[in-house]
Amino acid sequence: MSGVVYVAYLLAAVFFILSLKGLSSHETAKAGNYYGMAGMAIAIIATIADPSVTRYWLLIPAIAIGAYVGVQKARAVEMTEMPQLIALLHSFVGLAAVLISWAGYLDPKAITLSGAAQTIHLVEIYLGIFIGAVTLTGSLIAWGKLNGNISGKPLTLPFRHGLNAIALLICAAMLYYFIQHPHAGVSTFFLVLMTVIALAIGLHLVAAIGGADMPVVVSMLNSYSGWAAAATGFMLGNDLLIVVGALVGSSGAILSYIMCKGMNRSFISVIMGGFGTDSTSTSTSSEIEGTAIEVFAPEVADELDSAKSVIIVPGFGMAVAHAQQAVKELTEQLQSRGCKVRFGIHPVAGRLPGHMNVLLAEANVPYDIVLEMDEINDDFTSTDVVMVIGANDTVNPDAMEKPDSPIAGMPVLKVWEANTVIVLKRSLASGYAGVENPLFFRDNTRMLFGDAKESLQQILKEM
Amino acid sequence: MIIVIPSERTPDERRVAASPDSVKRLKKLGFDICIEQGAGAASSFTDELYQAAGAEIIADQTDLFSKADIVLKVNGPLSDEIERLKPGTTLVSFFWPAQNPELLNQLAEKQVNVLAIDSVPRISRAQKMDALSTMANIGGYRAVVEAANLFGRFLTGQITAAGKIPPAKVLVIGAGVAGLAAIGTAKSMGAIVRAFDTRAEVKQQVESMGGEFLTIDIEEDGAGTGGYAKEMSKAFIAAEMALFREQAKEVDIVITTALIPGKPAPKLWLEEAVKNMKEGSVVVDMAAEQGGNCALTEPGKVVVKEGVTIVGYTNLASRLPGQASALYAQNLAHLLAEMTPEKNGQLVIDMDNEAIRGATVTKDGEITWPPPAPKLSATPAPKPESVKEKSGPVKKEKQTTSPTAIIGFWTVAGALLLLLGQSSPPEFLSHFMVFVLSIFIGWQLIWNVSHSLHTPLMSVTNAISGIIVVGALLQVSTGSFLISVLAFIATLLATINIVGGFLVTKRMLAMFRR
Repeated sequence: MSGVVYVAYLLAAVFFILSLKGLSSHETAKAGNYYGMAGMAIAIIATIADPSVTRYWLLIPAIAIGAYVGVQKARAVEMTEMPQLIALLHSFVGLAAVLISWAGYLDPKAITLSGAAQTIHLVEIYLGIFIGAVTLTGSLIAWGKLNGNISGKPLTLPFRHGLNAIALLICAAMLYYFIQHPHAGVSTFFLVLMTVIALAIGLHLVAAIGGADMPVVVSMLNSYSGWAAAATGFMLGNDLLIVVGALVGSSGAILSYIMCKGMNRSFISVIMGGFGTDSTSTSTSSEIEGTAIEVFAPEVADELDSAKSVIIVPGFGMAVAHAQQAVKELTEQLQSRGCKVRFGIHPVAGRLPGHMNVLLAEANVPYDIVLEMDEINDDFTSTDVVMVIGANDTVNPDAMEKPDSPIAGMPVLKVWEANTVIVLKRSLASGYAGVENPLFFRDNTRMLFGDAKESLQQILKEM
Repeated sequence: MIIVIPSERTPDERRVAASPDSVKRLKKLGFDICIEQGAGAASSFTDELYQAAGAEIIADQTDLFSKADIVLKVNGPLSDEIERLKPGTTLVSFFWPAQNPELLNQLAEKQVNVLAIDSVPRISRAQKMDALSTMANIGGYRAVVEAANLFGRFLTGQITAAGKIPPAKVLVIGAGVAGLAAIGTAKSMGAIVRAFDTRAEVKQQVESMGGEFLTIDIEEDGAGTGGYAKEMSKAFIAAEMALFREQAKEVDIVITTALIPGKPAPKLWLEEAVKNMKEGSVVVDMAAEQGGNCALTEPGKVVVKEGVTIVGYTNLASRLPGQASALYAQNLAHLLAEMTPEKNGQLVIDMDNEAIRGATVTKDGEITWPPPAPKLSATPAPKPESVKEKSGPVKKEKQTTSPTAIIGFWTVAGALLLLLGQSSPPEFLSHFMVFVLSIFIGWQLIWNVSHSLHTPLMSVTNAISGIIVVGALLQVSTGSFLISVLAFIATLLATINIVGGFLVTKRMLAMFRR
């Protein structure tokens, strides 16, 4: 590799760091994205310009087709489908890592290595394939679950942690043989077998996680895709891949960690998969007393008419009903009457970290009235009306009041402290955590059943 | 624990540290409340109202203090009150530790924990306990009312059958909380309002209140730490004075609010400016307590000099006692709520909580003032430098990891690295170093990301992880047909990722707007 290429890689790495840094605040986010694009352009151009890269007749079509498909995807995707798209894209990185690592194995030049260098090279190939394969199937399952193609329910095979452990052990054992006899026929077979097992692990790992935990899973897979890139970087001796892979890997890991804290759940258990299923079996439905008070759109409109301050708490239900535009109209309507409208966003609302913020931004809700849980949680006491739109577990008072509840300790939005809570929901069914929500049965709660979008439009009509 | 609220005995003080509403809040936190008889009378809170809210009324002050675990006051303690404070009591009041070092020593010796409400740092999180802002807001309103009272004309302009009346011109110097409140009040009474401040960042705030922001031609930003102003250079001050002399000829009412923390108030409205003013004009000097912004101010009094009425009241907020008490009591209730995490009536002075740390000036017999510098300015101004000083006996209460565990961890980690180093070629190790350092960079970068940007961040990192394309690009040209095919597919997939990821991020970011 020539010095020029090396320097270009350095520049690209710096740009990627600036890109991630830029994404930390709204003011700099756009610049951050452009830094990322610039870094990527530099890296690709520098690589193509390298004298050892010659088969342009293969490269150009690959990039052209890829770019075309990418543009189409990015244009067509609806903001409610963001989580699916990101999960799908992760699977591409995983697959690419598998392919590159396999190609690295089949590359005859590797044979010239010897001793420790060869061993390390082989381990790198092995890990590249392994991580890539887990990312691939894991992301596909996550995509399916988010898309609704696969049931959101966690798949709980008996002895599932054991299964994972056995699969890992087999892979480790095969690795041991593989590094000793890298190019024996059996080794190639072992590599194929390992790929299959890794694919199965990814599948099983994510299938065991419930739909509610998908935000964590998506950012965890983000992390995995980074590690896969880093592993191929090691294999190819390419520092740029290593740097970027490590950046993405650690940032994804931290994002998942932040999300886990938002749900008061252990990071380790999510990574291991199959999280949360042990506790939800103890359903406490029978303990709730009282009846839910049902209301209709005209009454809600009356209530909102006299309100001076309103906080809207959106959840996944808003995304499902595509109700963000109606929410925005309601916000404007209320603001024009001098009512103070704000939004309270739980860290794990939606199916992706920050999903609600994106949806509200799409509907042109200004981001400075969209507040995080910590910023707004003390203000509920002084609020006239809270509208809960398609949120459930994130507003469940049990999390704070009942120590034996499966979601105990999870930070929640204290909506029930407001004067009136209006809950827009399809039915009284429990949320993803499978826990009943006593909020619905409180004296100051009113239930408006139906599709969130239609309900909101009715309210708007009545106002 | 028992909270007691004595009457304020400082002359001219009409406020009280509790309202019936705050009593209810404090009860909810698990405290018992005792209030001195007649404490709220000047604020129109009768003893009956307090009793109805759940407080006990006690006639004798000695009795009251003997019960106290926590004493809430408006002003700092008087000497007889200090005598009655038991060791271990917590006192919350305005205190001004910078101006009252002896008082500080005295109370520290008595083992009284003092929380100076005036020392609550001006960070966003602590706004609900910021009694200074509360009082400044009330004072700003009252300053305009006082001025309107003494000004012999309308503030608003009118065209009547008898003739045209021009609106009064009001100049507000210092656009902090008090200044902004004064601007808003004067504007709502119909006056033409101008404002001056050394901090350029408040221009928008002034304009949002309906004022006109005056500027001078010298580039210098007066923003100090914690949302206050700092002292300015000589040239700047000269230009400022010239501006004021000119303005003095035009304006009818001047309200000065300029303060620099820990220093006497800057003299801004000099004798010459007063002379330039029209007969019958009014100056309200809200900085009178710190010596006054106007050279002719007499603190605590209203004087007429050169035909101009100069108001030097030091108790403007107290002249609106009901409002001031109600809001001050809320500030205190918020502070106590912050200090009672368990809501069990047990006060915890948590020195890791930045707001509480700032307010605590004595604790367990030690003086803990001044606190370490605040980390953030109250206003989102571009800050060239962040001051991070760690002084005083703070920190180290929450660390749970024992030193042996830390040493153990690094010993094991070091041993493993050594093993790796012995068996690996140097080329691998140089890659490994890059790898580990990059992890740390990623780690540092992501912690500060705002929650609302998590989705764009994820799609951008996803696009960036498409960098794997570089690997595929390098492989396409090497080796056999099979490798080329694999690399071709990998390139294609990774490119989808890159292009799709960046574009979708761009789309998302374009949607966010303030």
